Amino acid sequence: MSALVAAGGVPGLWTLADGQKLQAPDIEYGKLSPTLIVLGAAAVGVVLEAFLPRRSRHVAQVFLALLGLAAAFAAVVGLAASGAGSTKAQIAGMGALAVDGPALFLQGTILLVGIVGVITFAERRLEPRAHGAPVDSFAAQPASVPGGEGEQMAVKAGWTTSEVFPLLLFAVGGMLLFPAANDLLLLFIALEVFSLPLYLLCALARRRRLLSQEAAVKYFLLGAFSSAFLLFGTALLYGYAGTVSYSGIARVVSGADATTDPVLAQTTGNDALLLIGGALVVMGLLFKVGAVPFHMWTPDVYQGAPTPVTGFMAAATKVAAFGALLRLLYVVLPGLRWDWRPVMWGVAILTMLAGAVVAITQTDIKRLLAYSSIAHAGFLLVGTIATSKDGISSVLFYLGAYSFVTLGAFSVVTLVRDAGGEATHLSKWAGLGRRSPLLAGVFAVFLLAFAGIPLTSGFAGKFAVFKAAAEGGAGALVVVGVIASAIAAFFYLRVIVLMFFSEPRADGPSVAVPSVLTSSAIAVGVVVTIVLGVAPQYFLELAGHAGVFVR
Amino acid sequence: MSPANYVYLAALLFTIGAAGVLLRRNAIVVFMCVELMLNAANLTLIAFSRMHGNLDGQIMAFFVMVVAAAEVVVGLAIIVMLYRSRHSASVDDANLMKL
Repeated sequence: MSALVAAGGVPGLWTLADGQKLQAPDIEYGKLSPTLIVLGAAAVGVVLEAFLPRRSRHVAQVFLALLGLAAAFAAVVGLAASGAGSTKAQIAGMGALAVDGPALFLQGTILLVGIVGVITFAERRLEPRAHGAPVDSFAAQPASVPGGEGEQMAVKAGWTTSEVFPLLLFAVGGMLLFPAANDLLLLFIALEVFSLPLYLLCALARRRRLLSQEAAVKYFLLGAFSSAFLLFGTALLYGYAGTVSYSGIARVVSGADATTDPVLAQTTGNDALLLIGGALVVMGLLFKVGAVPFHMWTPDVYQGAPTPVTGFMAAATKVAAFGALLRLLYVVLPGLRWDWRPVMWGVAILTMLAGAVVAITQTDIKRLLAYSSIAHAGFLLVGTIATSKDGISSVLFYLGAYSFVTLGAFSVVTLVRDAGGEATHLSKWAGLGRRSPLLAGVFAVFLLAFAGIPLTSGFAGKFAVFKAAAEGGAGALVVVGVIASAIAAFFYLRVIVLMFFSEPRADGPSVAVPSVLTSSAIAVGVVVTIVLGVAPQYFLELAGHAGVFVR
Repeated sequence: MSPANYVYLAALLFTIGAAGVLLRRNAIVVFMCVELMLNAANLTLIAFSRMHGNLDGQIMAFFVMVVAAAEVVVGLAIIVMLYRSRHSASVDDANLMKL
């Protein structure tokens, strides 16, 4: 593009001067391989969906999704081992993508979350068999009217929505790009690539389809609204700096290059473009992480979406969006630190307190976990505000720890069932610890990790984040964070007390016996929670090494 | 005419779109207002592209159009699905989940 502009003048924009050659872009396919593998597997999944007979689709799609995600994870590990995360960090893909420590760490986390997500999506033993065929948590035919004739016929024919696996792969592909995006255009594209499949996945529940559809509509309309804000912010930042690349904007913001360009001198003289543009882009990202005051969608979507989707979305979206937020604040807008820090202080305080306080009043376990995720977004923002290398690495560690706790907790929610499907009302969970001590014990571990009790990953993560923030001069924020943690601990412990110290209800739910799939997803969650809690040192160091953004 | 005027127009369109999303009740109309916001962003990009004399903004506008088309596909599917099961596309009627 610069070659074109060099021709000068407006006609030079779309004609090449004599003897000038259009240069082919130079793409580092090796560096981009994780994303390419995942998106390639997703495309193959679409083809399988078109050509395989229905009965063999499920197995093929699960196999393909696991294979693609595992191969991409191997590629991430290979890149990290070759030093792409530390010494040889670089900007790839014509400046569009950063391949550096935070990007690789978060991509690895997202891929592992994706693998566990596929495993929970593939579970077919929880729902009672429909006409002899095993079914999963997704609608037989999402396009049919709930309770209508079309749905009954689809159930009778044993149809299943095996499209969920390609959709999940597309979402994971977008999420891999999101924290690695190094220009605002790719940021917007990646946002849409991972959001659009998630909107659809939300609508696909087999049970309670009206709730599920409502969740999808709410998520879609609010998500599209927020991405329009992000795009308009992008346009204003482009107007300010004349470029959309992160480093280019950062240079213009810091005034490093004395500009001789009269247009640039005019636009950079207008701080409104920069401040409004930056605020709108950050707003779009805060929506995705579910920070107050952009959190309104979270409880409804978490409650209405099929529970395996909720678990995947809650974990992976947060990882991807915090990666993008960190990169934006640390790489593009460090020159504006004194402007965005006070705002983020306010957002973090509101998020922590509102999430923790409103969660106390919740009576539905999925809504409770949704408000808990809002509170956790607040804790992560505390680490983001530290504006230090420790701040970055503590947020990375926290994201890794939090995502597996979330996946595990939502997997447990899929198991507690009654005649109407999942029994998500808290009153039905009373006395669960007496009926099935193992499941209640596992859920208690996850709740203790959410609460940040020592010897769980939640404590290690929270400690790292608060320590980084305190050293970064945000001591008051840490005090608020500790208070919010105490409030949050109250409702987590209340659920534990409810499970273990109250009488089981006569009409209480039963605990479904899962296949090896969900069992292993829960087991992974427990193991990661305890290992990261008891021996976090190795992973803290890993996150510490990964804590430098390439510019 | 100065390209800056296009930016003012785009800001106005964006505001109209945002107000429409917040005020209108029909999901389809809300969605059309979101599209108006995206197009306002496109106009901004193109105006700034002209001002700065580089093509980045115009290339972005193409990408935004493609993304908006994909969003229409997904969005209409979801809204039509809602309409078929409830016989209403009003966002006020979608209130099964509350605090």
